[in-house]
Formats: sequence, structure tokens, C-alpha cells
Amino acid sequence: MHLAADPWVWVAAILTLFIFTFLYKDNPLYKFAEHLLVGVSAGYYLAIYWHNGVKPNIIDHLGQGQLIYLIPLILGLMFFTIFIPKTSYMIRWPIAFLLGAGSGLSIPATFQANIAEQIKGTMLQPLSFYYSNAALINAIILFVGVLTVLTYFFFSKEHKGALYTTARIGIIFLMIGFGASFGYTVMARVSLLIGRLQFLLGNWLGIIPSW
Amino acid sequence: MGVALILFLLSQVSPTFNLRAVDTPNDAGGSITLTWEIPEGLEHIDRLEIYRSESPEGPFEKIKTYLSPVTRFEDMGLKNGKDYFYKVVITSGGETIESEIAGPVISRPQWFHKGRVTILFGVLIYTLILLYFILSAKKGKELYLRPIAGLKALDEAIGRATEMGKPILYVPGLSTISDVATIASINILSHVTRKIAEYETKIIVPNRNPVVYTVTREVVKEAFTSAGRPDLFDPDSVFYVTDSQFGYAAAVSGIMIREKTATNLFLGMFWAESLILAETGASTGAIQIAGTDAVTQLPFFITACDYTLIGEELYAASAYLSKEPVLRATLKGQDAMKFLLGLLLILGSAFGLFGITWFQKLF
Repeated sequence: MHLAADPWVWVAAILTLFIFTFLYKDNPLYKFAEHLLVGVSAGYYLAIYWHNGVKPNIIDHLGQGQLIYLIPLILGLMFFTIFIPKTSYMIRWPIAFLLGAGSGLSIPATFQANIAEQIKGTMLQPLSFYYSNAALINAIILFVGVLTVLTYFFFSKEHKGALYTTARIGIIFLMIGFGASFGYTVMARVSLLIGRLQFLLGNWLGIIPSW
Repeated sequence: MGVALILFLLSQVSPTFNLRAVDTPNDAGGSITLTWEIPEGLEHIDRLEIYRSESPEGPFEKIKTYLSPVTRFEDMGLKNGKDYFYKVVITSGGETIESEIAGPVISRPQWFHKGRVTILFGVLIYTLILLYFILSAKKGKELYLRPIAGLKALDEAIGRATEMGKPILYVPGLSTISDVATIASINILSHVTRKIAEYETKIIVPNRNPVVYTVTREVVKEAFTSAGRPDLFDPDSVFYVTDSQFGYAAAVSGIMIREKTATNLFLGMFWAESLILAETGASTGAIQIAGTDAVTQLPFFITACDYTLIGEELYAASAYLSKEPVLRATLKGQDAMKFLLGLLLILGSAFGLFGITWFQKLF
């Protein structure tokens, strides 16, 4: 057993244990770690926003005399009108711009990635039969799954008759998918816990080899 | 290798690279694409270097080195409207072979992305379908929508918090304002707040994103005002926490425990924190309704929450809740589009199986 000599390892280990105490119940140690994390991260992200956002995207360009960047600067500053009751209505302008531009930018990209590419990938083709029987079965499962899940998300018709059957098959497909995803993600979370325990037992207490 | 190279040079006095430099098509400018061939007879290369200059006489600056025989390179970060010249130099067995100089080539932005013509048609068809249903709704046509359990339970959940005299926690997801799930969540927040104003219950809205915070604050304020109870709006009830994902999760978990919220609504985009939030809420005995389009997080919400809105049910929620004919008409339009896509899928597969590929290439 070789206890860590680095004081920051001790700080990290103690804060990890403070957070773990929440598993028992809410307590002052957890509150301390929580408030520290929130405060430090809020300050950290403020610096990140400045150095990765405001400075390279606005200040540097304005410094080079590119006055077009005054437009995003003014739109950005309008967010601060929230603090002045008389002008607080102006905050709606940048919000409207953000929502409008955001939707405009995302619609073609969403159509391309989430609709066109998915449909293309789901369509059966001679190549589906080419490699192996397993590939063929996969292609058919995918095809049937996509069609039946689509019918589950029909809102304007009551799920009755044939639509009921296809929607039921669709929800079964969804639940099988969610089950597989659940198991996979739980494994990823367990590996996060293992990583933390390795830090405590290895880097901090030196009971196991550190990595 | 050196002998092989000499033999190669003797056999071909001027090895052909067929170096071509063109303005990268369908982009926003600032990029030139180079393609070339590895000269015939050259079996092995040690190094392949790409040089760029603003004049055919040079000086040429080395911009990329490869250790494999690649035949394509996209030069990015260039100035639009400026002449550029390129050459490729291959080193093999200590000898160097230079390509011809390609250029001048100018980088320009394109107004239209020709590869997205199908998408343009898709959006136009969708818009026409939407317009048809909206006009039908305006003419007073009755539009049926099937019930969704999670949305039916929303009013009940607000009522429960009111009866218990405890606040309602509304988490609008952890994503940015441009995320569709966030926009859908904000629409639901407006409806929920109006109900809360009616019942005089307290709402808590912690935010991860500063821009989302300003929007949710405005939405909550507006909803209280439109419900005729601007006096009930508490500016401290909508607040920014932190951008840190797990810092936010820790803070919201603390809020659920300390404020003893009776109803927790997790609607929007979530990542790994979803299970932390939903599990903490479940441990307090609160009624929980979640909704997200994050496929990997849905299983956690389904297991730990009372009701879960799956994917598009979240997008449909605002139309359901508002009961406005125009919004309901958009749902009808979406259904028609889904039907059309299903049809295209079947048609494309049928064509594909008979070896007709042009249809699949449209996508």
C-alpha cells in the first residue's frame, strides 16, 4: 500500500467519496462537493466561452477591422437587456434569430442524415442477398422494423385493425432495441465506476497498480 | 529499390501523375481538391508530399506529407478568389519524382449544393403537404389525433403537485436552443406553466445552457402573463446552473431531494445524466414524466419514470396540448409524410430487388 503523495490526488479522492455519500442520503458532505462542482464548473465554462467563443469569433475579427462581426456582437449583447426591465423586450430579437437560423440550418441536414440516408440504407437491394443468409435476414429485419415502427408513430389514426398489428410489432421492435441499448449503456456506466474505483484504490491508496 | 527506380525512370522519361486541382464542389469556399495517379511501374513509395504556391514559379510550400500512396487531398482554409498552384512529389528509394504543376485554380463558394436537390424537393413536398392540412384545419375540418398516455398524464401530474403543495421540477434537457428536442420541450413548458398558473403551484426550471435559460425564463414569464397571473411569476424559479453535465446532474439531484418536488418533468435532449436524474427522482417518490429523442437514454427513462414520450411523441406534444387546429394540422402533415416515406421505402426496395438502381440513387 503506497498512499499518494500528490495533494491533488487526495483532493480528488475525498471529493469522489463526498459525492458517493449521496448513495446513503443527502448530507453536508455531498452538498459541499455539489456546490463546489457547480461553482467551479460555472466559472470554468465562463472562461471557455470567452476563449473559445467570444474572443476568436468576435473580438479577433473586429480587431482585424471586419465590421460585419458587429452584427453578432450586437445580437449577443441584446441578451443582457434582460437585466433592464425597460429594454428587456429586446431579448426576443436574438432569440428569434437563433431559433429561425437554427431551424433553417438543421432542416436540410436533418432531412439528409435522418431521412434520406436512413431510407437509402433500409431499402432492400440485390446486394442484400449477396454476402450471406445472415445479411439477408438482417436486411429484412431492418426493413420490417423501420416500416412497423413508422406505423407506431402515426398519430392521426387510431391503432385499430391492421394498424394495431403493425404498431404492436413496431413497439416490440422498439423495446428490443431499447433493451439492447440499455444493456450496452449499463456496461459503459459500470466501466466508469470501475475507472473511479481504480483511481481510489490505485492512484490514491496504492492497493492495486495505478494506471 | 534504387535500381528499380532508375529502370522506371529510363522507361518513362516523364512519369504521368495526371494531377488535377479543382475548386471543391458544393461547398462554402476556401477549399481546393487535388486528385492524381501514382505513376505506372512505381511499386513502392517512401513519402508523398503535396506542395502549394501562389505563383507557378514558386516558392512552393509543403502542406502535407503522406507515407502511403494516396491519390486525393482536399486543401482547406484557403482564400477565395486567389490563384493557387500545386505539385506532388514522390520519394522512392532515395529518388524523387515531381509531378507537373497544376493550376491556377481558384476557390469559390457555391450558392447551391447540387447533391441536395432531392432534399430540396423533399422539403418542398413536405411544405405543400403541411400547407394543405393547415388550410383544411382553417376551413374547420375536424382533425382526429389518437391519445398519448404520457401527455394525458401531464395535467394529472400537475394536479398531484398542487394537492400535495409541493413544487414541480421542469428540466428542459441539456442541449442547446437549436436542438429540435429543446424547442419541443420549451413549447411544452409554456403549456405546463399556464396550467401551473391556473393551479397556483410552484415551478422550478434549472438550465444547463445560458441561451436556453434566457428563453425558458421568457416563456415562463409570458405563460404566467397570458394565464392572467403575472404576479405568480418568480424570477428565481428559472435559473442557470452550470454548463458542466455532471455538475448540472448533481445540482438537480440535490434540488429534487431538498425541495421535495412532487412532479418531475424531464423533457428535451439528455445524455449520460438521464439515469442519475430519473433514479434520484424515483427514489423521492415523485411522479415522473420524461420525453426525449435520444435513443440511448430512452431505456433509462422507460425504466425509471412513470410515463415516457418516445421520440416523435415529444415533438407532437405541443400540438396535442395546445389543441390549436393549425398545430394539430402539422401533425397530420407529418403523418402524411411518414406514409409517403414508407411508400418510397417499399417502392425503392421493389425496384432495387429487380436491379433498378436509379431510384435508390435519388436519396
